Amino acid sequence: MNFIGEQLLPGQIGHFFIILSFFASLLATISFFIASGKTDLLEKKRWLTYARGIFFTQVISVVAVFAIVFYICANHLYEYMYAYKHASKELESKYLLACIWEGQEGSFLLWSLSHGIFGSIIILKRKAAMVSHWEPYLMTVISFAQFFLMMMILGIYIFDVRIGNSLFTLTRNEINAPIFSQPNYLSFLKDGMGLNILLRNYWMVIHPPVLFLGFASTIVPFAFAYAGIKSKQYGDWVKAALPWTLLSACVLGVGIMMGGKWAYESLSFGGYWAWDPVENASLVPWLILIAGLHTMLVFKSTGHSLRATYLFAILSFCFVLYSTFLTRTGVLGDTSVHSFTEAGKAINVMIGLFVLAFTLPALTLFLIHYKKIPAIHKEENTNSREFWMFIGSLVFFLSAMFISAKTSVPVINYAFGTRIAPPEDVEFSYNKVAALIAIIIGLLTAVTQYLKYKTTGKAYLLKKIALPTLIAAIATTIIVIVYPITYYKQGIGFLGAIYVALFATIYALVANAMYIWLVLKGKLFSGGASIAHAGFALMLIGMLISSGNKKVISSSMVNGINFAAGTDPMTKEKDDPKENLTLIRDVPTRMGEYEVTYRKDSSGQEDGRKFYQLNFEKKGADNIVKESFQLSPDVYMMKDNNMSSNPDTRNYLTKDVYTYISYALNDAVSEDTAQFNIVELHQGDTSFYSNGYIILNKVEKNPSNARYNYASTDIALMADLTVVSKEGVKYAATPLIEVDSMGIVHRDDTLYAQNLYLRFAGVSDDHNIKLGVKESDKLIDFVTVKTYVFPYVNLVWLGLIIMALGLVVSMVQRGKFSKTQTAITLVLISAALVYMFLFANN
Amino acid sequence: MKKTHIIILVGIAAVIVGLLAYSVDFSTYDTVNSAKQKPGKFVHLIAKLDKSQPIDYDPIKNPNYLSFYAIDSLGGQTKVVYHNSKPADLEKSERIVMKGKMEDGQFECKEILLKCPSKYKDDKEQLEKNVTETTTSY
Repeated sequence: MNFIGEQLLPGQIGHFFIILSFFASLLATISFFIASGKTDLLEKKRWLTYARGIFFTQVISVVAVFAIVFYICANHLYEYMYAYKHASKELESKYLLACIWEGQEGSFLLWSLSHGIFGSIIILKRKAAMVSHWEPYLMTVISFAQFFLMMMILGIYIFDVRIGNSLFTLTRNEINAPIFSQPNYLSFLKDGMGLNILLRNYWMVIHPPVLFLGFASTIVPFAFAYAGIKSKQYGDWVKAALPWTLLSACVLGVGIMMGGKWAYESLSFGGYWAWDPVENASLVPWLILIAGLHTMLVFKSTGHSLRATYLFAILSFCFVLYSTFLTRTGVLGDTSVHSFTEAGKAINVMIGLFVLAFTLPALTLFLIHYKKIPAIHKEENTNSREFWMFIGSLVFFLSAMFISAKTSVPVINYAFGTRIAPPEDVEFSYNKVAALIAIIIGLLTAVTQYLKYKTTGKAYLLKKIALPTLIAAIATTIIVIVYPITYYKQGIGFLGAIYVALFATIYALVANAMYIWLVLKGKLFSGGASIAHAGFALMLIGMLISSGNKKVISSSMVNGINFAAGTDPMTKEKDDPKENLTLIRDVPTRMGEYEVTYRKDSSGQEDGRKFYQLNFEKKGADNIVKESFQLSPDVYMMKDNNMSSNPDTRNYLTKDVYTYISYALNDAVSEDTAQFNIVELHQGDTSFYSNGYIILNKVEKNPSNARYNYASTDIALMADLTVVSKEGVKYAATPLIEVDSMGIVHRDDTLYAQNLYLRFAGVSDDHNIKLGVKESDKLIDFVTVKTYVFPYVNLVWLGLIIMALGLVVSMVQRGKFSKTQTAITLVLISAALVYMFLFANN
Repeated sequence: MKKTHIIILVGIAAVIVGLLAYSVDFSTYDTVNSAKQKPGKFVHLIAKLDKSQPIDYDPIKNPNYLSFYAIDSLGGQTKVVYHNSKPADLEKSERIVMKGKMEDGQFECKEILLKCPSKYKDDKEQLEKNVTETTTSY
């Protein structure tokens, strides 16, 4: 059959580039591998030139595939499955990139693109010390990874098994529906399914690329470890690998916390970290990477810890692969708030193969060569820096193993048929261990900087460390007195642990900040490590304080109201504060120190999205309003009838007030039966209703204001109305009518106080507007909310930024960047991070 | 003390802490009937909403009291009480994972995880439904 209107050419070109890229990655792997084994320089050079060409062909092909997918989504070519599933016409153009990486295939593409970037840098920088003669080894590994990633999106059949899911499959081949037997089916396929509303957030544009860049970057230390073993120059690679590892620590760390910030801003799970399996899966490689970074430094300065360095460098990337396995095969199932799909058995097997193809050979090589990897058999002194750095690395590694083991329970259940379920309080089961880790890491970070490599004099140490210790102790005492942590939920023992952790992290912050002055004499550029440590400590302090003193102010305990109905009818239990509060429209309700009033709801431009306007007021003793602000959390009824609740946050320097809708009336259920009464109005005309009158001020075309945002190409008319009640109170109302490809859409406005519903019903022949007026007898309108106050959450973001900058400073120092390069890198990164984490959504 | 000793000590301590946190904390997946056998014990129930019974939630009276009936694949039925707001998609859910305890013949639920099939874009049936619905309405 010939189908009408299909554009098949882009898909064919795209498919060609995928296949080209697949074979190029295979060829590149083989040629780089051969080149790495050649001793004859001329021959080696020839193989290398060839291999580089192939690798660049591969990278360019991936870029081409990316561009074609973008083209397909941007032009709404719904004959392609990928566009149908992820794009839609109402999608704002800034989300076009996001809809590419919403799908599994697109994120593999993004990952491959990231590998391509690192591979290209390695090739272009092959003369620099941070690559030099390691190039063929590194590129063998990277090309091999590209081979697997390309296989995931290959989409060709071998016998009856489809190898990989192509981005260019056709909708009519993928879905069985009667419509596809018609040649003109495309004219019926009007719109795609679009980007999931939960993901329509600017973080969806920036978080996945940074995270994947972070994931991809861990392959470099891994590849260096391979290079060390293969070249039998067992220790030489560490110095070259250091800047790469620092970069990786920075990018991956920032990527993970971007996810946290996103969750905090737009998901209703009430925080930036929930120990969700998906979060854990990306944290584990980072922890191992940090362990590896420290053992690398130990080795470089003392020759100790080389074997551990190998292990950490290898495992960090292996755990990136493992986390891919966890999050993409559906094995996590019921344990995560993220939703997973089973992309099909074949692809699961391939992901499994990807994990094994790197993990098994790398660990085998490591074990075979274990004895040959040089190790110093003399023990480190317990007063040396390297000893305690090693202990710190070990703690990081063990925490990673602990988190990974807990996250892997579903895998264990799957493999052994057990039915172990998560504990009662999942977060606490992690937090209690995390608090201990924070204590150990905090203390180690504080003291170890002041130790010297090899051996440290007692007098020197005491003299230097005395002041920071004193200041940290005083600072902690002040916090205990002035701003005590009130986390009683888990008992006094855990509260004690929080305080000790608080001291340890403040100690780490103070000691590292002072180290820059006391020991480095203010030379900031030599102090990358201290800056990063101080930032990390500040981030932990922020986490301890914001989580320890997080308050639910929508609870009956905090606002002092004890509903009779708040008591459990069965258990008569009263002590457990209930965390949701119902706000009846226009009735001020006490919430913590605020008086909150639910004013009105209004629909936004997207169908089914409803914003609830909540006014917060804080009054002083004299009843004068000291502080007032408005929050508009929203509820979105998606096309598939799932509801999504998105919080709104008021940011202050020292605290955030965070609110989301936990229950809202469903329009479909509560629709009343009263009819619209149509009146015709001219500009300036007045119409009466039972309790007052309505004035039509003007009609505005394609309005752009707080509620609507239309472009000049749209067709939308808004009636600007003033409603005056008998009591003389004036209200503004702005119903709107819009004509789009689907037909006419009414955006009604409601004036709850007057029980009045207003609709822009149309325009009459003589250019009057038709206004629909409905007076309803529906009485109670309400919304149920949950509100938190997060204190000092900005410390978390500030700490992260400082840590990232510290890592960058170290990287540019060790990577021997020129002054200009250093300046540009630092300015760009700090501007971007400060904007994204502290200003963008505040 | 020798380095290896300290490392071993740190390692052992970490393992013990890990194991404690690990072993003490786990719960189990249960059916309604097996959960009824062990009242007061924290379990996970996987069941679905019993649509023949009413859902009781009146947020104006009390936004923190929800009760409904759940039925599992073996036919075991129980009343569920949840002291929180009603998850929006409860009625549409296909499967409900509930964490809590059986007490006085009813399930005191601490946390609810809903599994709604339509959230999954990759679900073939859902895609077919979507295509059929959007193309036949014109």
